[in-house]
Amino acid sequence: MGTELGKYKLCVSARSTDKDILKKAQDGGIVTQLFKFALEEGIIDGAIVAGQGDEPWRPRPFIATTVEELMTTPGTRYNISPQVSWIKEATRSYGLDKVGIVGTPCQMQAVRKGQLYPVGLRDVDDKIALAIGIFCMENFPYQSIKQLVEDHAGMKLESVKKMDIGKGKFWVYGARGQVVQLPLKVTHKYEQPGCHVCLDYVSNLADVSTGSVGSPDGWSTVFVRTRKGDDIWSKAIGAGCFETKPIEQVKPGLEMVSKLANEKITKNQKTVEERAKFGVNKALRNPYIKP
Amino acid sequence: MAEKITVGHVHMSGCTGCLVSLADNAEGLLTILDKYADLVYGLTLADVRHIPKMDVALVEGSVCIQDKISVQEIKETREKAAVVVAVGGCACYGNITRFGRGGQPNQPQHESYLPVGDLIKVDVYIPGCAPCPQLIRNVCVMAYLLLKGTKDQQELAKKYLAPLMQLAERGTEACGCDLMYDVVNQGLCIGCGSCAAACPVRAITHEYGKPNVNREMCIKCGACYAQCPRSFFNFDVVTEFEAISDLIAGALK
Ligand SMILES: Cc1cc2nc3c(=O)[nH]c(=O)nc-3n(C[C@H](O)[C@H](O)[C@H](O)COP(=O)(O)OP(=O)(O)OC[C@H]3O[C@@H](n4cnc5c(N)ncnc54)[C@H](O)[C@@H]3O)c2cc1C
Ligand code: SF4
Ligand code: SF4
Ligand code: SF4
Repeated sequence: MGTELGKYKLCVSARSTDKDILKKAQDGGIVTQLFKFALEEGIIDGAIVAGQGDEPWRPRPFIATTVEELMTTPGTRYNISPQVSWIKEATRSYGLDKVGIVGTPCQMQAVRKGQLYPVGLRDVDDKIALAIGIFCMENFPYQSIKQLVEDHAGMKLESVKKMDIGKGKFWVYGARGQVVQLPLKVTHKYEQPGCHVCLDYVSNLADVSTGSVGSPDGWSTVFVRTRKGDDIWSKAIGAGCFETKPIEQVKPGLEMVSKLANEKITKNQKTVEERAKFGVNKALRNPYIKP
Repeated sequence: MAEKITVGHVHMSGCTGCLVSLADNAEGLLTILDKYADLVYGLTLADVRHIPKMDVALVEGSVCIQDKISVQEIKETREKAAVVVAVGGCACYGNITRFGRGGQPNQPQHESYLPVGDLIKVDVYIPGCAPCPQLIRNVCVMAYLLLKGTKDQQELAKKYLAPLMQLAERGTEACGCDLMYDVVNQGLCIGCGSCAAACPVRAITHEYGKPNVNREMCIKCGACYAQCPRSFFNFDVVTEFEAISDLIAGALK
């Protein structure tokens, strides 16, 4: 295992001790539980989460400043929520001094670039109090999800209870108990193109990052990465927010996370290289080289 | 403390908002002036009439080519300064002055405003309107480390400044359209929202996760593209965000 998992101080398998959160959460309820604790303790005064948008299963960035608001947002919506778009407004219109934000690895990259190179983010850099990253293999445009659920899985979006990607399949759970699984072969072509040059699987730049991979059903794998993350995580453990198990003692464990991370990075690195000779002596842009 | 670097603020056709942004660093600015930089030129700040030799020139505003003095001063700036930094949208890209077409009282014939890079070579860009105080601060600290720091610090400063130098090489035109041309059209957009957050006039919204620019509102400041993680993303620097933030905070103590 090398750089594919990023720097971290601690890795455990964990789940929330709050039954209500576990019922609503995608996996171990790490994101919602940690934000709830941080809100209650005054570590953050609001969190940019993915709230319900205008259409079923369409997210939109939403600033939760109370636990009640936060509790409307657990669960994964597999389509784009431009989380970072509210990062300056959070400190202005909402007047937050300590901002929480959850997002995909690329959104964590955007947050950190924004702190080091704040071109249009006045007075934001020192107000990011807790950045929680989720693992991410790929994301989808809303219309892709609509097409996958309605055309391929044959379900109405509004009657879907949960969607999940895991064990090599895209799962759609209906309100009446029906379950449809699509092979990822089918979903690949619908992915957001920008994801194909993404070189981060486990939110290497978050304070705390989490995902389902590596841990048993209902549990999450958690990386604690920064000083801030470490401080908040240990306080939350002290307050009894989480049940934890050493990652070495769960199946399939860290090796599975490493394997998927390496697969993603290798595949996308290849795409980056192919873009350099995409046309006839004409390259597509490579953001990792220059603007 | 080792010797200081010399810095000047060169005021072209700008609204002084960039200077105010620099000053918005408050105690941070005082620390910079106390420990790292001597201000050797500045219209309102230092009593010097002619552009002196200096390490770093912070240029604010675009250049009116009908104004002989401005043209002469910007050329002189290039001769006298080791490093020329275009501070703010007007100096980098023309920004709001792109829409100038003369007729204003006092000098109605002043109608053509060019980004600094159209007349002289510019080394570093700090886009945005107004430019962000914290980015100006970071560039000042890095410029100091580049010129006076230890070997390791010089390496870091070089890496940090590289994308801002590449932005300067990239050209003198910016627009919200860059998000289409150079990000979405290139298959790179990830729907993160940074562009919308960065836009000073709220010209950008997201439609199904992708940026939609209200082109009538765009003032051409260049903040959106420069903020986008898919314009540049330098792993070697951003991955070290914790250590670099500590370093900058430490320097300003
Ligand atoms: C596009 C996408 C792809 C993913 N791919 C993987 C993967 O390959 N492997 C893996 O292990 N995990 C993946 N995850 C993460 C996983 O699905 C869970 O989100 C994560 O484990 C957190 O679960 P939880 O129970 O701790 O959080 P919960 O308490 O359920 O909270 C989930 C949080 O995620 C936020 N959220 C929901 N949708 C989005 C979105 N579209 N963008 C940003 N934030 C959102 C919500 O606001 C909420 O705060 C992916 C998530 C997304 C959004
Ligand atoms: S795969 Fe990468 S670019 Fe795509 S949403 Fe996930 S983190 Fe972002
Ligand atoms: S869209 Fe906004 S941020 Fe982008 S160049 Fe125009 S004014 Fe600046
Ligand atoms: S800032 Fe994010 S949303 Fe905007 S163009 Fe760049 S990648 Fe797309």
